[in-house]
Amino acid sequence: MLIYTLKRLLQAIPTLLIVITISFFLMRVAPGGPFDGERQLPPEIEANLMAAYHLDEPLPMQYLRYMGNLLQGDFGPSFKYKDFSVTELIMQGFPVSLEIGGLAILLALIIGLPLGIAAAIKRNSTVDYLVMGTALTGIAVPNFVIAPIFALVFGVLLGWLPAGGWNGGALPNLVLPVVALSIQQIAYIARMMRASMIEVLGSHFIRTARAKGLNEGEVIWRHAIRPALLPVMSYLGPAIAGIITGSVVIEQIFGIPGIGRYFVQGALNRDYTLVMGTVVFYGVLIVLMNLIVDLLYSALDPQIRYDD
Amino acid sequence: MHEFHYRAGRRRRLWLPLLLGTLAFANTALAATLSIGIQGEPASLDTARIGGTTWENDVLGDLFEGLVTLDPAGEYIPGAASRWDISDDGTVYTFKLRDDANWSDGEPVVAKDFVLAFQRLFDPANGAVYASLFYPIRGAEAHTKGEQDAPELGVEAVDAKTLKITLNQPTPYFPTLLAHIAASPVPSHLIEQFGNDWTQMDHIATNGAFAPTSWTSHDHIAARKNPEFHDADDVALDGVDYYPVEDRSAGLQRFRAGGLDIVRDFSPDRYQWLQENLPGAVHLAPQLANYYFALNQRDGHPTADKRVREALNLAIRRDVIADKIMGGVVSPAGGFVPGGVSHYDAQTMPGLDRTMDKRVAEARSLLADAGYGPDHPLELTLRYSTTEANKRIAVALAAMWQPLGVETQLINAEGAVHYAELANGNFDVGRGSWVADFDDASNFLGILQSDSPKNYGGYRSQAFDELMAKASRETDIAARQQLLQQAERQALSDYAVAPIYVDVSRNLVNPGLEGWENNALNRHLSRWLSLAQGN
Repeated sequence: MLIYTLKRLLQAIPTLLIVITISFFLMRVAPGGPFDGERQLPPEIEANLMAAYHLDEPLPMQYLRYMGNLLQGDFGPSFKYKDFSVTELIMQGFPVSLEIGGLAILLALIIGLPLGIAAAIKRNSTVDYLVMGTALTGIAVPNFVIAPIFALVFGVLLGWLPAGGWNGGALPNLVLPVVALSIQQIAYIARMMRASMIEVLGSHFIRTARAKGLNEGEVIWRHAIRPALLPVMSYLGPAIAGIITGSVVIEQIFGIPGIGRYFVQGALNRDYTLVMGTVVFYGVLIVLMNLIVDLLYSALDPQIRYDD
Repeated sequence: MHEFHYRAGRRRRLWLPLLLGTLAFANTALAATLSIGIQGEPASLDTARIGGTTWENDVLGDLFEGLVTLDPAGEYIPGAASRWDISDDGTVYTFKLRDDANWSDGEPVVAKDFVLAFQRLFDPANGAVYASLFYPIRGAEAHTKGEQDAPELGVEAVDAKTLKITLNQPTPYFPTLLAHIAASPVPSHLIEQFGNDWTQMDHIATNGAFAPTSWTSHDHIAARKNPEFHDADDVALDGVDYYPVEDRSAGLQRFRAGGLDIVRDFSPDRYQWLQENLPGAVHLAPQLANYYFALNQRDGHPTADKRVREALNLAIRRDVIADKIMGGVVSPAGGFVPGGVSHYDAQTMPGLDRTMDKRVAEARSLLADAGYGPDHPLELTLRYSTTEANKRIAVALAAMWQPLGVETQLINAEGAVHYAELANGNFDVGRGSWVADFDDASNFLGILQSDSPKNYGGYRSQAFDELMAKASRETDIAARQQLLQQAERQALSDYAVAPIYVDVSRNLVNPGLEGWENNALNRHLSRWLSLAQGN
């Protein structure tokens, strides 16, 4: 298993290199630069700025400089948030996104899995239709609709919870963003769990288990749930990586200082180093999460072994 | 955070935090802390490295005090300087710094702090965006350009509390420039020790009414009252928290829920609703800011023809845009310099005083003269940066020009792309706007000078440039006003741009806040504000 893990990690290096290289050049191909804005600068000041950030060098040179710094773990300075380095921005924002995203996934699992299982067991019953209908609604209504409605209803009209702000991560400030972020995930997980549960319940080993005279509860708890979790697991890898790197919509609407907005704002501001920093960070996370999922697979399914 | 409940009742607010069993709203201890929703994240607290956004004024204006500062009404008053003398030829300013001006770490504010601030502003290595604002200072331009034979910079410390600034030529509005945040001093004793890291929270000291204590990017900047500030006794607030709120509707909701005392902008669409629902909180005031369309006068563009520019201008129904599209919050503009600028009378483009029918008829005949007609329609590309309001105005313009037989192609792009395309001259008609850096007409008219990087349309008029140059040398305020007005009339009679409206500042202010005065610069220093008890 250790060898397998190491192998996977080594394989990730060329993948990341390609991602970084493509992102680096794509970013530069985009029209407009980091210093284009309503306040068009005199040419001499723009030149000073370009020189300060080495943007006056030929592109391949900039690329080599960037890669060199990256190897030393230096993401460079942000062009737009000059009192912070990109590393500082990510280190400040990531724990926040991790907390919100982690809680949202946890909530989604706690609610989504039982719902999916219940719907599968009571297939084509009222429970099933109710759960799946609600789930479909959850998938169909996007974040940018749910979040402002939550803020309006619970923050303004009822006044139960803050309409926004982080407040150091105080519980009342967490509730609305976490719930808003988890709704879609609950829906996805419930649907996925239902489908795979139905498949597992129709398989031979379940029939064998029933034939052995096990009661239905034991069949489900001891034999069906574990294999049924596998598709959910493989969905969770990239989903977790996506959700803990923040949601720009949720962060902007609730004023959460996570890193989700850096993806969008960095790109809009042409803050090259910030965009690259988030891309590298996200890339590494995806690779790691997928690896963890694959390792967990073997724990859930005895047929999967990585040692050979 | 100050507890302010606009509509939500206090009782309803109390039980839930208890239910949740957590700390929650245990904020009452910080009774006099103001929470301001600013429109974005400042780029830096270092005046040489700020990004040039309006919200940086909100934060740095509270943290630092320049030689000149602003009163609640936005009038210029002495700041860190107690008084100054101007030489007879108007080129040498000698500032006496206040004896009681101190940094928040207790060190005195000295002349050297200003000298270093200007040196850093003009140091090419810092790429300071506001450097060109201070080009009236002798040697400033040459230093910024990194010229080898640059003359000595005209900013020197005569003694610890005396600062001398020498200008290239008399500049009557120079003191107003000094109230700009980029003219704030820097703590030279900290820069000697920490270099560019002096703005880090464990190093920084400021000389304004407030000093920062923490900054979490995109969460908030917390500042506490600076006990060393010379007027600290009259500063009512214990602290100010600045929350970057980019999403305007999110800002409104947080204001309504009581989380913010001031929100520095709201969508014009919400004006009517706000008037009905939060009448005491809505503050709308004319601002020194314009909204216009640049007309590309470079060769090969139809708008290079003055007749086309005149026709397009005549056919724009500015009152319709102001009233119907912008909800009546802005006022239509017939000139480029907005009304309200000191020592200046607003000018109007010739021909706009006629009835709309006559204007449209005139526009038709102008286009016919220019060779456009049913067989050869005028085709224009109109560029705007992507916002809902810009889009509606662009669509309205296209509709207003359509009866003239003009076919307008609308192209929208995000801000960075839009302004890059304008700078490259890739447009016929392009949306622009300007918010004054300081209260003087030259700050607007300078945009239309041939060599201005913001002159997107490439307007070139020798007459205009000469009038501007003459005005910049004129020391008599009345004579200078005449020259500047004459220059604008020249540009307007050339139909150099298509002005649309004079913008307004839109603020939401907790009615329990005292000391707020609407002003044309839309600058509001927190040192003048106080929170009434019980709000």
